[in-house]
Amino acid sequence: MSFAEVFIQAIPKLLNGLLVTFYMTAFAAIFGLVFGTILCVWRVYANRLVSLVSTGFIELIRGTPMLVQLFILYYGLPVYGIRLSPLIAALIGFTMNSAAYQAEYIRGAIHSIGSGQMRAALAIGMGKWQAVRSIILPQALRLVIPAWTNEFIYLLKYTSMAYIIGAPEMMAQAKFIASRNFEFFKVYLITAFIYLTVVWIASFFFSWLERKLRIPGTVVGER
Amino acid sequence: MNQQPVLKIVDLRKKYGTTEILKGVSLELKKGETKVIIGPSGTGKSTLLLCINRLVEPDSGKVFLEGEEITPKNVHRMRQKIGFVFQDFNLFNHLTALDNVRIGLIKVQKIRKAEATEIAMEQLKKVGLADKAHLYPSQLSGGQKQRVAIARALATRPKVILFDEPTSALDPELIGEVLSVMVDLAKSGMTMLVVTHELGFARSVADEIVFMENGVIVEQGTPSEIFTNPKTERTRQFLRRLTELYGEERK
Repeated sequence: MSFAEVFIQAIPKLLNGLLVTFYMTAFAAIFGLVFGTILCVWRVYANRLVSLVSTGFIELIRGTPMLVQLFILYYGLPVYGIRLSPLIAALIGFTMNSAAYQAEYIRGAIHSIGSGQMRAALAIGMGKWQAVRSIILPQALRLVIPAWTNEFIYLLKYTSMAYIIGAPEMMAQAKFIASRNFEFFKVYLITAFIYLTVVWIASFFFSWLERKLRIPGTVVGER
Repeated sequence: MNQQPVLKIVDLRKKYGTTEILKGVSLELKKGETKVIIGPSGTGKSTLLLCINRLVEPDSGKVFLEGEEITPKNVHRMRQKIGFVFQDFNLFNHLTALDNVRIGLIKVQKIRKAEATEIAMEQLKKVGLADKAHLYPSQLSGGQKQRVAIARALATRPKVILFDEPTSALDPELIGEVLSVMVDLAKSGMTMLVVTHELGFARSVADEIVFMENGVIVEQGTPSEIFTNPKTERTRQFLRRLTELYGEERK
């Protein structure tokens, strides 16, 4: 089969898969941000017990391979009667994973903001949580955008692991097509190219977002 | 008559680990009074200010604002009545000068935005920065930042303002503009407690100068007493050293 033939044959299925890939990535990135922010704020500002629980969760997730986490969710939980569909298992796995990593990115950003901002907020009469909400997070979340770009790109590629537990994302589609027409090289090359294109577009989007949200007067990253 | 002090500090103590930073400091400020605290670095001057509104939790001792004790319970309410100006400004970097000044009014005191804006603009005008209201901290000079910080402290109409070395982080040519705002403030009747090395300011504005060293108040008195006739040799030594370093007067 020529390249063009393989392309025409494969592309509808691959794009279907891409949709699932993209959906999983966006879901994990967004909910990962939400849960990551909560985990981080708990770790840094909450009382000792909550902070310890949050730290424990983050370290547990970061210290184990994502594949193992996916296997536990998909193959392990049914032992206890909890049966998840491949897609749901993958969504939960990726979200938990991303939340743990994002919590650490945000923690780094909070530390770089410095304790003076918190002090000044308390000094005008704000409560701790109000200060976190209106003073610390608006700054930390801006600082975290470059790391977030990386996280999104990682996620986009890591979601390919979901094919192992049978989630119908792009890699699963590629494997399915290739096992039928035996054009492994061409199919996977086309798949790689699609990943590359999407990563590219995402990078452009996030660097635009970073510029747009930049605090006027700061020139971080200016060249 | 026996006027109640605006701020009364009674036997404040603080340890960091085994190092005793404050070894029982007591101090009073009457309404409209400006007291200047001088003393070598590391003697607990900043810690004293931070302990007053419990940004640092003191180990023991009491602080009263207009007769009401400041406790962990009422501290958020009490802090609104105590302005605090930091050495390194601590302006909120993601907010404009105007938002820095009015955020406390809007978020803490729940004043309507239009009214808060009016109050904030008035304070910015007072420090001479009404035309910079829409600039962000990183677009301002150090002196301008500190003036915005003073406007922020003023906005909540505090009973007393604490200044923690407000000019120490500034380039020499920017110190004057901040000091002149502080002089105006003192003259307008604001009650102020100022930690500074600016002897010129202390001499011309302070009602009383407090010399602190090693966590205790060594001596306090009017500027003329302290400058011309200090009671302790240590005060004399310190003042001589400071005068050599910073010069006698700064206008």
